[in-house]
Amino acid sequence: MAERTPEKLVIVGNGMAPGRMLEELFEKAPGRYDVTIFNAEPRVNYDRIMLSPVLSGEKDYEQIIIHGDGWYIKHGITLYKGHKIIAIDRNAKTVTSDHGVTESYDKLVIATGSVPFIIPVPGKDLRGVITYRDLDDVQAMLLAAQSREKAIVIGGGLLGLEAAAGLKARGMDVTVLHVMPTLMERQLDPAAGYLLQKAVEERGIKVLTKANTKRIVGEERVEGIELEDGRIIPATLVVMAVGIRPNAGLAKDAGLAVNRGIVVDAGMQTSDGDIMALGECAEVGGMVYGLVAPLYEMARVAASHLAGDRKAAFVHSDTPTKLKVTGINLYSVGDFADGDGREEIVLRDATAGIYKRLVLKDNRIIGSVLYGDTADGAWFNDLLKRGTDISEMRDTLIFGQAYQGGAPLDPTAAVAALPDDAEICGCNGVCKGKIVSTITGKGLTSLDEVRAHTKASASCGSCTGLVEQLMSLTLGNNYNPAAVQPMCNCTDLGHDDVRRLIKAKGLKTIPAVMQELEWKTSCGCAKCRPALNYYLVCDWPDEYADDYQSRFINERVHANIQKDGTYSVVPRMWGGVTSSKELRAIADVVDKFNVPMVKVTGGQRIDLLGIEKEDLPAVWADLGKAGFVSGQAYAKGLRTVKTCVGSEWCRFGTQDSTGLGIRIEKFMWGSWTPAKVKMAVSGCPRNCAEATCKDVGVICVDSGFEIHFAGAAGLDIKGTEVLGLVKTEDEALEHIVALTQMYREQARYLERIYKWAKRIGLDEIRRQIMDDAEKRKGYFERFVFSQKFAQVDPWSERVSGKDKHEFRPMATVAFNQAAE
Amino acid sequence: MMMNWIAIGDISDIPLRGARCVKTPVGKIAVFRTAENEVFAIEDHCPHKGGPLSQGIVHGTAVTCPLHNWVISLETGKALGADEGAVRTVPVKNDNGALFIALENLALAAAE
Repeated sequence: MAERTPEKLVIVGNGMAPGRMLEELFEKAPGRYDVTIFNAEPRVNYDRIMLSPVLSGEKDYEQIIIHGDGWYIKHGITLYKGHKIIAIDRNAKTVTSDHGVTESYDKLVIATGSVPFIIPVPGKDLRGVITYRDLDDVQAMLLAAQSREKAIVIGGGLLGLEAAAGLKARGMDVTVLHVMPTLMERQLDPAAGYLLQKAVEERGIKVLTKANTKRIVGEERVEGIELEDGRIIPATLVVMAVGIRPNAGLAKDAGLAVNRGIVVDAGMQTSDGDIMALGECAEVGGMVYGLVAPLYEMARVAASHLAGDRKAAFVHSDTPTKLKVTGINLYSVGDFADGDGREEIVLRDATAGIYKRLVLKDNRIIGSVLYGDTADGAWFNDLLKRGTDISEMRDTLIFGQAYQGGAPLDPTAAVAALPDDAEICGCNGVCKGKIVSTITGKGLTSLDEVRAHTKASASCGSCTGLVEQLMSLTLGNNYNPAAVQPMCNCTDLGHDDVRRLIKAKGLKTIPAVMQELEWKTSCGCAKCRPALNYYLVCDWPDEYADDYQSRFINERVHANIQKDGTYSVVPRMWGGVTSSKELRAIADVVDKFNVPMVKVTGGQRIDLLGIEKEDLPAVWADLGKAGFVSGQAYAKGLRTVKTCVGSEWCRFGTQDSTGLGIRIEKFMWGSWTPAKVKMAVSGCPRNCAEATCKDVGVICVDSGFEIHFAGAAGLDIKGTEVLGLVKTEDEALEHIVALTQMYREQARYLERIYKWAKRIGLDEIRRQIMDDAEKRKGYFERFVFSQKFAQVDPWSERVSGKDKHEFRPMATVAFNQAAE
Repeated sequence: MMMNWIAIGDISDIPLRGARCVKTPVGKIAVFRTAENEVFAIEDHCPHKGGPLSQGIVHGTAVTCPLHNWVISLETGKALGADEGAVRTVPVKNDNGALFIALENLALAAAE
């Protein structure tokens, strides 16, 4: 075979992808090409993935070099360090660098990688604002970290979190700003994102989610960041790690096909037959890639083509994501969204901080998210790649590879196997032997008895399952656990357990509840989400941020949806009292918006029916000008306080029932309750305000105020029960408020007062509210505290622009657009 | 047949686990964004009593109708659980956050 002259191969870029390509090429076709590389960075090929360990100090630069100078010499490669190619002449087949070097090629490979995305906010060019992309950025960060001052990382993705951990390890005070509600939302579902945030925060890194950067503050150097909500966070270093985009400018200038990246076919060929592209700058099959596995696959394909094998083709495959922060284990791969025909297996172990989720379709794994214990990630990924049918091992699949093949364990067998000194209840330090001996010694048969005698499961309750297993083990068939109706199909816990655990464990977000209480779905359902949202609003009024998307439409748009999709609007009329000014304003609104129906409600106010959703803010604006606020006729909250005219007008009236009703309504409006709450105050026992079928009612008598509760006049009809008699208006208000707060704290979502009272017992309620002054004061004060956050008129908020997306169509498509 | 993609806005216009509606000459289309950032479009009209699905609570890839709590799959448009019925799904394209719907079939239906 004749020796042929080597062809000239020129490579623009010296990152990991072309490096790997050359390794493969030298193996497949040694001596075939005479190689020249232009590298804009003034150095050899290093492992960019390991920049984070360099930043955190776990490695140094020398340790991450892939190809030292010797490798280039050995393969006869001409490497221009610090030369950026500024032009490609496709006719002459030459490239030219910014230092004026021109080189001709037979084959050209473009591997210009990507550039960091800079968010276009004022101040982005200030000194001290950097990106995280190459070694120069790392060196800039290391220099800044010597000050040990405050740093902000914008971006809670892979790179941003690694940068934050590195800067923290170098002694800086670090805050991560992330625009989405949960961290790494592209790779993790919200449950895993919650765990990650917890772990990051445990390292002393502050995390602000839903944080929109408005501008970077500073004169010459950065001094801090101002968020859209007006908060200013001081910092001397700002690292932008919000993503990358393919660096395709050079190729575009040369007239190659460029979409998001440089368009190549499955053989890495661009629209010019002599030019290939690979790496982060290339777009293949409509996708661009940023993780190393697919980039190395591109390198393999490109090398094959350069070596003359035209059959090699790039095939997309899902690449697992891992975070390189010591001590945080997470792993995600594939498609882990919910969907039809998809099933999920979720394992949560709250104590160990473990979350595992497998998404299955047709008995095959199509995605997985692992947090805390990622040991089986590779195995799951292998099953995914092979498309293995997992139906045989489905029951034990989530436990991992080690658990396959054996018979499934009887759950009580595991408890039976525990030694007597094994701790069952961590909160109260109760071991197995103590529980078993107490059950047998005292003849206990119910969980409550065991709780009372041993204190096991009496605090946080997370060991309840274990205690129950011990009881069945000890009592055999004599133990019948009380069947608890689960909240919904997302959990086995009932409402009471969930409420108790929210308090005991200090759970303050919906993802936190779902993780710590081991929810079986990743995002809940339309039954549990509104309930959890209420429980959190009630228990943490100052700390919990209301989850708007977990509210029923009426509470989201503050009006009542009607059967035709229009809404009804009911302004508050305090105690049912109105005036000519108010009536005139209502009449004007009716005329202006062509309101089809005006109706007097059973709660002594006026209902405007048939209003289009888009008109709601304008209707509220007009009503607001007349002094109206929302009547909350749509809310699981305080609705009306009906009154009669009382001692001011009525010849039988004993007290100012109208005045008391107005006072109660003004004190209590805006509060959220488990179900709707309707009240009434009657001025005498003739009871014209019909107070004795309300959730809470007052009958005024000569000697004071008789407080009633637990009435119903809906699906059920039930007269009220008497709570007790008090002498003054002040006392009446305090007792009613305390009763309502007790109901707020204890009832199950959607449970009206009369059902709650039946469950708890009327005597217990009377004891706590009438007899125990300290308890009553406690309830009263907690209600008053929560009102500080609840008494905001939702209508005026929305008139001033809150949630404006709710009231407008996203787009309107004209007929000609649709018909084209 | 080429799809006639109509721009309807940006993904950030829709809250996570939320929906917006798009008015078209052939009725309202509900466009949903799930917790996992997927986008779906279906007719804004529950197969049961015509409730506006865009107003429901979004969970997983399903929405619960605000009128009578039917649960509708966003992927197939079919009622889930014991209920039977379906709404039409609308092709939707997410190009780096820019959203488009295709109204071909609806437009034809209107022209018929």
